[in-house]
Amino acid sequence: MLQIDLWKRIFIWSVCALGLLLAMPNAFYQRVEARNDAVAAIELGHSGNGLEEQAAMWPSFLPSSLVNLGLDLRGGAHLLAEVQVADVYETRVKTMWPEIRDMLREERATIGTIRLQPSENDQLRVKISKPEEIQRAASLVRGLARPVTSLTGAGQSDIEVSTDGDVIVVELSEAEKLATDERTVQQALEIIRRRIDEVGTREPTIQRQGADRILIQVPGIGSAAELKDIIGTTAQLTFHPVVSRSTTADTNPGAGNDLFPSLDEEGVYYVVESAPVVTGEELVDAQPAFDQNGSPAVSFRFNPTGARKFGNYTAENIGSPFAIVLDGEVVSAPVIQAHISGGSGIITGRFSVEESTNLAVLLRAGALPAGLEFLEERTIGPELGQDSIEAGRIACIVAFAAVLVFMFLSYGTFGVFANIALILNVGLIFGLLSLIGATLTLPGIAGIVLTIGMAVDANVLVFERIREELKSAKGPARAIELGYEKALSAILDANITTFITAVILFAVGSGPVRGFAITLGLGILTSVFTAIYVTRLMIVMWFERRRPKTIEV
Amino acid sequence: MRLRLVPKETKWDFFSRPVLWLGISGALMVLALVSFFIQGLNFGIDFRGGTTIRTESAQVVDVAAYREAIQPLGLGDVSITEVFDPTFADDQNVTMIRIQAQEGAESVSADIIRNVETALKTVAPDITFVSVESVGPKVSGELIKTAVIAVLLAIGAVLVYIWLRFEWQFALGAVAALVHDVVLTIGVFSELQIRFDLAIIAALLTIVGYSLNDTVVVFDRVRENLRKYKKLDLKEVLNLSINETLSRTVMTSVTTLLALISLFVLGGDVIRGFVFAMIWGVIVGTYSSIFIASAVLLKLGVKRDWTKPSNTAGNQYANIDA
Repeated sequence: MLQIDLWKRIFIWSVCALGLLLAMPNAFYQRVEARNDAVAAIELGHSGNGLEEQAAMWPSFLPSSLVNLGLDLRGGAHLLAEVQVADVYETRVKTMWPEIRDMLREERATIGTIRLQPSENDQLRVKISKPEEIQRAASLVRGLARPVTSLTGAGQSDIEVSTDGDVIVVELSEAEKLATDERTVQQALEIIRRRIDEVGTREPTIQRQGADRILIQVPGIGSAAELKDIIGTTAQLTFHPVVSRSTTADTNPGAGNDLFPSLDEEGVYYVVESAPVVTGEELVDAQPAFDQNGSPAVSFRFNPTGARKFGNYTAENIGSPFAIVLDGEVVSAPVIQAHISGGSGIITGRFSVEESTNLAVLLRAGALPAGLEFLEERTIGPELGQDSIEAGRIACIVAFAAVLVFMFLSYGTFGVFANIALILNVGLIFGLLSLIGATLTLPGIAGIVLTIGMAVDANVLVFERIREELKSAKGPARAIELGYEKALSAILDANITTFITAVILFAVGSGPVRGFAITLGLGILTSVFTAIYVTRLMIVMWFERRRPKTIEV
Repeated sequence: MRLRLVPKETKWDFFSRPVLWLGISGALMVLALVSFFIQGLNFGIDFRGGTTIRTESAQVVDVAAYREAIQPLGLGDVSITEVFDPTFADDQNVTMIRIQAQEGAESVSADIIRNVETALKTVAPDITFVSVESVGPKVSGELIKTAVIAVLLAIGAVLVYIWLRFEWQFALGAVAALVHDVVLTIGVFSELQIRFDLAIIAALLTIVGYSLNDTVVVFDRVRENLRKYKKLDLKEVLNLSINETLSRTVMTSVTTLLALISLFVLGGDVIRGFVFAMIWGVIVGTYSSIFIASAVLLKLGVKRDWTKPSNTAGNQYANIDA
């Protein structure tokens, strides 16, 4: 008959209590948020400014996770960037030139003189003067290949060497391209994260999407343009040997060389070798500093490999100039005075103190390995988000009230039970959302409102069934029991099918749609739980106390 | 005294005019498809690429003046619409400006936004841009593809689920109802030229879920009654099942509509299209689970020689205890 074990009763009420406890911080959103920020700040070692007071605003024994508000509710910027992974191929191939050149030069006796040809398609084309020895030269170059360092490409070499008449063609192998893509995107992701962290905004989302895309969402920022400024463009720092200086922009730099303008000297151009000696990737630190004349400068330090390359290069090239190039502009081109062995140095230029500080930050964060193309940009103003929250809140309350009244009018006492379950249900949804740290979006609020409407469905199924069973003149206890028993398969089938669509929405959808899928899916879980267990428990407890001879549903 | 939307006991015949109901639905579906192919959907930037800018100003909006200010920038097709909503304050005048995707660029450049902003400031000095959204053609193409995949996947998944839990005739009936609902919803969006964006896809899938919910409840009762009344004609069984579940069907639709209508009226204009789709879907979904799903089931017929003896054995959750 209508019996539920004590331990089950305790379990059911505990789940409800736990859900409500987890949902509670959301009722005091601003206070808990300020407290969480203060606690985070204290953990980072900050103090003062009333931080301790703020941290004490919410007792630490209570749960403090909140539902994250999505960009459409809080305001902020959203960017979907595609990393131009192919940018890297050319650089990668070009950096092989000095190595190939040095090796082939030693073989000059057999293969003759060598010359770099202009090329496209991320290839390196080397012409040799004795075409009959081309195969020998090509096999020498092949000897420079290294195994690809990735799981899928293991065992394959990183370059493909072919011949075209008297020209050796060197390009990256497919496996190496894939491995490079992976590294490039990972690196870009890491650098974007560091740059955004330096600005210190709240809860940014920086996620990889698919093979070569990065999703960046930063709440509270003024506009997508501002966000793009923070992420910056490529900001590549490289050190090149200088070939010559020129004063015209149309100087032909020749194969294997590049022409870069000077950053602060108007009309001065430098021809430099395309293959850099060291790159910014090998920097471990950069700090604003002052040079011996007291002008602002940036001091930097290389990692061991960078330091070795830089040391060797400076030792061999004392007296010749080298160029420090930032984003395609020569910052300065000092002459190497002595062998620099420690791996540290200083960049001087006509910087202001602020510029040198910014440059140091930029260098420390590292350069983006490849350019970014922005596929999607969204800016939502905080006022619009506030309006949406306000409208959503009012709509929720009205929907709630309407459903509560309607259920009471239709089912009387049983309607009250369903209503209590509905209130618990919304509490549980918020509790679960906070627990898993989900993000609430505007469609997500719509999902909750829809759940409010649909959550009563399971109860309605049961109540209608009880009504039917009562018609066949069974006792009330038996009717209630049968009502639950027979309605169960309909409740489960109906909710599982809806749940399937919620799961598909979550898997395939993105952004706000996903927010909707989460609240819809959680709403189904909690409404089935409250209908099958909570309402039933309430009815059973009511029945035990009253023992009515007849019931009206 | 209880509020009753449906009389205590109903014995309505839902299949007395099968030609009429199937005819009406068929005609409406044809109409929807014609509208879809001739007029097309009013795709939002999610699916078409481009930029939308939402502006707010305390001054009354003069759309013609806005257009004149933006025209010299040469941005191609620009549409400007004023938005009215009961939730707005008196001095809150909102417009939506839509700029087509610019040739050769994935997303709109910051310069264009700045130019538009400067141009509009000459007309309305206090104008603010509360939201700027820009989607490149590359992403919008993919979004269409994933949206179509999502809808097909959802329909396919429930087809399989119902086939496993019931019989294949039930699955076909349910899917016929789903296709009916989706086609009519797309038809309404095309006919009224309501903006069709990513959120509408979410609404479509919810409609699929809701309509199915209704259909499954009716089918569950059909399954039960088929076992209970072995000799009864299939048409009678269907009628009986629909009548028995009618009160529940109406109750649930009304509570859901109550919630949705309050969201439609009070939830602001940003999600109004989305909520409209769901309201429409609830109405169509309720109708289709009675008139379409069951009618298809009646046409297809059901295997009646159940070898299972007991009437609870088929109910595999029957012995679940609380």
